[in-house]
Amino acid sequence: MEKVLDVKELRTNFYTDEGVVKAVDRLSYHVNKGECVGLVGESGCGKSVSAMSVLRLIPYPPGVIEGGEILFKNEDLLEVSEKRIQEIRGNKISMIFQEPSTSLNPVLSVQRQLTESLELHRGMSKVDAKAESVRLLDLVEIPDSDRRVTDYPHQFSGGMQQRIMIAMALSCSPELIIADEPTTALDVTVQAQILELIAEMRERLGTAVLIITHNLGVVARYVERLNVMYAGSLVESGPTDVLYAKPKHPYTIGLLRSVPRLDKPKSKVMEVIEGMPPNLAHLPVGCPFAERCRYVMPQCREEKPELKELDDRHFSACFYDPNKLS
Amino acid sequence: MTVTSVLVFMIQTNLAKRKQVKMAEQQEKLVEVENLVTYFPIFSGILQKKTGEVKAVDDISFFIRKGETLGLVGESGCGKTTAGRSILKLQEPTSGNVFFAGQNLIEMKGEALRKMRSQMQPIFQDPFASLNPRMNAGSIIGEPLEVHNLAKGKEVRKRVEELLNMVGLSPAMAARYPHEFSGGQRQRIGIARALSASPSFIVCDEAVSALDVSIQGQIIKLLMKLGEELNLTYLFISHDLSVVRHISDRVAVMYLGKIVEITTSDNLYKNPKHPYTISLLSAVPIPDPKVDRTRERIVLKGDVPSPINPPSGCPFHTRCQMAVEECKTMKQELKTIDNEHWVACHRV
Repeated sequence: MEKVLDVKELRTNFYTDEGVVKAVDRLSYHVNKGECVGLVGESGCGKSVSAMSVLRLIPYPPGVIEGGEILFKNEDLLEVSEKRIQEIRGNKISMIFQEPSTSLNPVLSVQRQLTESLELHRGMSKVDAKAESVRLLDLVEIPDSDRRVTDYPHQFSGGMQQRIMIAMALSCSPELIIADEPTTALDVTVQAQILELIAEMRERLGTAVLIITHNLGVVARYVERLNVMYAGSLVESGPTDVLYAKPKHPYTIGLLRSVPRLDKPKSKVMEVIEGMPPNLAHLPVGCPFAERCRYVMPQCREEKPELKELDDRHFSACFYDPNKLS
Repeated sequence: MTVTSVLVFMIQTNLAKRKQVKMAEQQEKLVEVENLVTYFPIFSGILQKKTGEVKAVDDISFFIRKGETLGLVGESGCGKTTAGRSILKLQEPTSGNVFFAGQNLIEMKGEALRKMRSQMQPIFQDPFASLNPRMNAGSIIGEPLEVHNLAKGKEVRKRVEELLNMVGLSPAMAARYPHEFSGGQRQRIGIARALSASPSFIVCDEAVSALDVSIQGQIIKLLMKLGEELNLTYLFISHDLSVVRHISDRVAVMYLGKIVEITTSDNLYKNPKHPYTISLLSAVPIPDPKVDRTRERIVLKGDVPSPINPPSGCPFHTRCQMAVEECKTMKQELKTIDNEHWVACHRV
């Protein structure tokens, strides 16, 4: 399978007064052509930073991409010139952000924001770009598109704004869309609409999608593979069905158990992960999850476990015998 | 004895019995909300004339029994927060009654209301915004005790220690300031503050929504444990149906300022009746791809209408799959269809 994006051993640090925050610590993952992949983790685990690193959008200072490779179709995005990365941003790889209301420019009409990348990347004339912007709004099912295209972002609801963001992301027929918490700010019914739309667009246009989220429920239905992140590194990765049915890392197991499920009878006692995620500026030597882990062994506090392949494409970073986990 | 005196006696005993039954019911219900309405006026123009109203809470009635947890769910803007605030009288309702332990809060004023307030406490969503950054944890938690003259000096400190232990923090943390705590710890302080005056009723407004998944689980567990230990009555307001179902005994579903369905939390998932509840439930993702892919998802078209000018008749008719001509004009009332199950839809 051809890889569209291949992140290898990525390290991104932030230099703060508190010390060096290792937001992303030797992270590796990949996205195949046309595939939908999930990246799941709690806030502060480095999932957004890893996505921003892909497009070199890390604010410098304090952020520095220290090392690793980000291969986009065999081109290392960390090595290319600023000019080249600008050609890729919003064109070959586009992003959908969490808060549509803060990501859209409030003083420009939706049409102006849509035509910008069309003129820049696709070299369209103003007239063509305007016609195309209406077509894009049609594509994301905004009613009355020809009239509403001249409206400003505040005149749209949150769900509609996110649709506009998707239209912008699709405008240059990218090969990869990175959706960073695309539905977190939205209501549950609107969330369903937006996810259906992203899935439909992917099917129709064959775009690869990387969905970043903290919610294991949201992505279950849509992603083919799932990567679980904790404190800057991957702890588990595998095909969605396998990972949900037989999680093999204590963190993933705990995470899946600590969300109440609508379809299951209510349980009297809820299993939760005790404690807090570690401070990324003072990461422990061993496994970052050791402090909160039920299966912790002396070895876990001394060295950091590497990802091991357990069975077909299912990786877990844990020293504990995967067959004894329950 | 004449016939009339026998009759009078019978009527009297009957009345007395009825009164007793009513008393028992009253005792059972800690909070009773009757036709609560909260509108926010809109002023515009140079003269700031009133040009309209946001109908945030539009005639809702329900009750909460002693020791029970009632969940209130709905999408953003449906009026669930305003409902919670109006019940605590943090927001003056436009009309309606709220009975707390048999006393009408709406008619209460001044000292009487202030005294009553120690019995009912809120826990807010944002643990970053709801704690005073200039006060340390100890004084935040101890403040209600002093406000309500429940303890002084050493007693306050002792009670604060007790409360910190209760919510799973160490007593030594009393000297720290809010910025030194994580989100989950701050929410624990918020809970300790709510508990300090030993209330019987707590309104949790999105109390776990801002927290991470693993921390959220911890706080839910804590709230449930405290509820049982201290026999608390909760009104648990949230947009997250899975969490609400887990924590509540009964659940009320709100849409555009109205309650459309109330039922037990088990029944909610097994046997939802209102078309809005059904679509809301179907939109909730389930963290299991095999289950989630097989579920039928009813995707609601369009957005929630504006509460300034809500649709006539049933507020949901503009997005409802079951809507018929009548829904546009017919006002919907909550009707009981089964024991502990009320629905506001004439098509059910």
